[in-house]
Amino acid sequence: MITEIGHFSLLLALALAVVQASVPMMGAVRGDHAMMRCAVPAANGQFILILIAFVALTYAYVTSDFSVENVWMNSHSAKPMLYKVSGVWGNHEGSMLLWVLILALFGALVATFGRNLAPSLRARVLAVQGAIGVAFLLFIIVTSNPFIRLNPTPIDGKDLNPLLQDPGLAFHPPFLYLGYVGFSMAFSFAVAALIEGRVDAAWARWVRPWTLAAWIFLTCGIAMGSWWAYYELGWGGWWFWDPVENASFMPWLAGTALLHSALVVEKRDALKAWTVLLAIIAFSLSLIGTFLVRSGVLTSVHAFAVDPERGVFILAILTFFIGGALVLFAWRAPTLRPGGMFSPVSREGALIINNLFLTVACAAVFIGTLYPLFLEAITGEKISVGAPFFDMTFAPIMLPILLAAPFGPFLTWKRADLRGTAERLLVAIAIAVFGTISVYAALDGHGPYLAPIGIGLGLWLVAGAFSEILWRVKAFQVSFGETLRRAANLPRSQWGTTLAHAGVGVLVIGIIGVSAWKTEQILEMEPGDQSVIADFTVTYNGLVPRRGPNYDETVAIFEVVREGKLIGAFESSKRFYDVQRMTTTEAGIISFFFGDLYVAIGDDGPRGLTVRLWFNPLVPFIWFGASIMALGGLLSLTDRRLRVGAPRRALLHSKVQQKATT
Amino acid sequence: MTRKQRRISLLIAAALVLSASATLVITTLQNQIVYFVAPSDLDEQKIAPGQRMRLGGLVAEGSLDRYAGQKIIFDVTDLVQTVSVSYTGILPDLFREGQGVVAEGVFDGAGGFKADTILAKHDENYMPKEVAEALKEKGVWQSN
Repeated sequence: MITEIGHFSLLLALALAVVQASVPMMGAVRGDHAMMRCAVPAANGQFILILIAFVALTYAYVTSDFSVENVWMNSHSAKPMLYKVSGVWGNHEGSMLLWVLILALFGALVATFGRNLAPSLRARVLAVQGAIGVAFLLFIIVTSNPFIRLNPTPIDGKDLNPLLQDPGLAFHPPFLYLGYVGFSMAFSFAVAALIEGRVDAAWARWVRPWTLAAWIFLTCGIAMGSWWAYYELGWGGWWFWDPVENASFMPWLAGTALLHSALVVEKRDALKAWTVLLAIIAFSLSLIGTFLVRSGVLTSVHAFAVDPERGVFILAILTFFIGGALVLFAWRAPTLRPGGMFSPVSREGALIINNLFLTVACAAVFIGTLYPLFLEAITGEKISVGAPFFDMTFAPIMLPILLAAPFGPFLTWKRADLRGTAERLLVAIAIAVFGTISVYAALDGHGPYLAPIGIGLGLWLVAGAFSEILWRVKAFQVSFGETLRRAANLPRSQWGTTLAHAGVGVLVIGIIGVSAWKTEQILEMEPGDQSVIADFTVTYNGLVPRRGPNYDETVAIFEVVREGKLIGAFESSKRFYDVQRMTTTEAGIISFFFGDLYVAIGDDGPRGLTVRLWFNPLVPFIWFGASIMALGGLLSLTDRRLRVGAPRRALLHSKVQQKATT
Repeated sequence: MTRKQRRISLLIAAALVLSASATLVITTLQNQIVYFVAPSDLDEQKIAPGQRMRLGGLVAEGSLDRYAGQKIIFDVTDLVQTVSVSYTGILPDLFREGQGVVAEGVFDGAGGFKADTILAKHDENYMPKEVAEALKEKGVWQSN
């Protein structure tokens, strides 16, 4: 019964989405306010209906209702409750349902908080959002319906892929989708603005918080995915340039560029056409990512099932929205009035450099990811483009932007003083150079010779970011109390920028550290055997059998000693899952601030247990860095000036308040 | 600077960055492409020893041998031709005889393949797409 309610809600949501996509748009053309207003209840209703459908499917999972085909295919009665709930999106159908749920959530948020938007703009934005909803609801209902019943009801389910039975499943996909789908907001605003023929500061004020929110989620989602792959796959790596990883990384790069260019539209009324184009590109890349992952054209852990019909359907959606938006752009963009003038050395100029390199880097990733697919489609030749391609192209393209990043926030709008800025950054330059030299000296020629420079680059980003804060609060120039007062009065977005840029620096240090100085051993160990890695002595203490909720486990226990002191024990195991008859490896990790000791076991043979040991220096910095970046974004988002939903009022208020405080 | 001059200088700068990056991408792509082959493609194609390849097929039944130092030797077959593959390291959990596999590495020039990466399928009812297609091409595909 509940399943049928869910199924029916989904169909109603589709009908409502059709209304949302058409009536407000017509209303906006005719200037009919009643028609435009109907977008709001339609958007809210669509969200509620999809939520009912989602809850209904979750209920079927939680109660292990195997008369529902989707539950039977992907669940089992003995599966722990955490994976019964998160297993809802651990399969193709359920994950698409999550996708449209989040899409409808964003629509409902605009409907609820968008009271200050011009009525015609709000109507058009919600109509575009509704049109995306129509396409994906239709996709779910036609090709990927999770509510199909089975008769007779099977006794038990086929269980979830054991690789996905991990707490990571509860967080990684929802965050990733909140990011992916969040860019639909920027897209809808861009298309609506193109139809209206008006892009101005108020528009940018609207787009930026949504983009920023999506960016924060995507940053967290990608970082969690990377962390999950790191500890679950047992390969000791954190990023593989796998097409599916790239599919999430490309919207992130475009979204990062969009965040920066929307700033120029907001503050200086320039770069309007480009910003609109970026908004379209960011969501297009999200759609392409969805296509790559969901169509099964790729060989990947994320490809749940291969069904050509689905691929063709998503490809049609893709062509319609991307093609339509780009045609609209080509037609309407020339009507956008060019904005304020600026000299090449200025905040605007710096943000253009940021945009140029980010989009070029994104294009390089795009080519590497999609070239094999194009080549196969055209010539039938099968090739793959591996990690070396991405390392060799992405890194050099990103280098200028990393070098330039600390300068940007110092520069003033319109025209800036490059020399003065360089002087303000002297301390940061000194820190970077000193860091490079000391790392170089400490290593004494060990490892790649470029690595110390990479560490210097990371230090430069961190020190450069904080230099700006120190300069703004006049640290060491005025009394300490005055500095504190100034720091407290700095807008949160300022702190946000600093943290985000510093986070990139921390991330760079982590990447360089683990890439350059990772040590790895492959051993065959008998119980009692020891091995020395980095400055740790690892002793293998033997295998212990253990029983999990739905698997049997063979656990290898290792003891770690450093400088004669016992640090602790850690374990790696092989799990054999009852239902899927499949083995997974669980890695053991001891994380220190400056690196991870990582162990993964192989088979137990006549010459002992195969053990793979790594010491991954600085690898935690990768996730620290990503967290700091996300935190910076969050701080910016809470800035009063950016508050979602009340841009115009907030603008007035903050002016009044500024007057009141000065 | 006038608006026009600004725009032109911007475009020139963008064009410079774009062409430099395009050159970088294209040259790297040419050097880094890894072709996929099935064992029976080897007769038709001349492959220089040392060129990176992906070899895909089934792990031949009964061919897996383990040696000291984690050295592993097995045969990859598309049921028409067979190639012997050597690999040092830990095999993926789903590596099994009779199952699909993709090995990445180089041909040693003496008919063998030296792999440095082994990719196996991710779940029970999943076969690497390239392997499935290669088997279909040779007409030995059996769908279950």
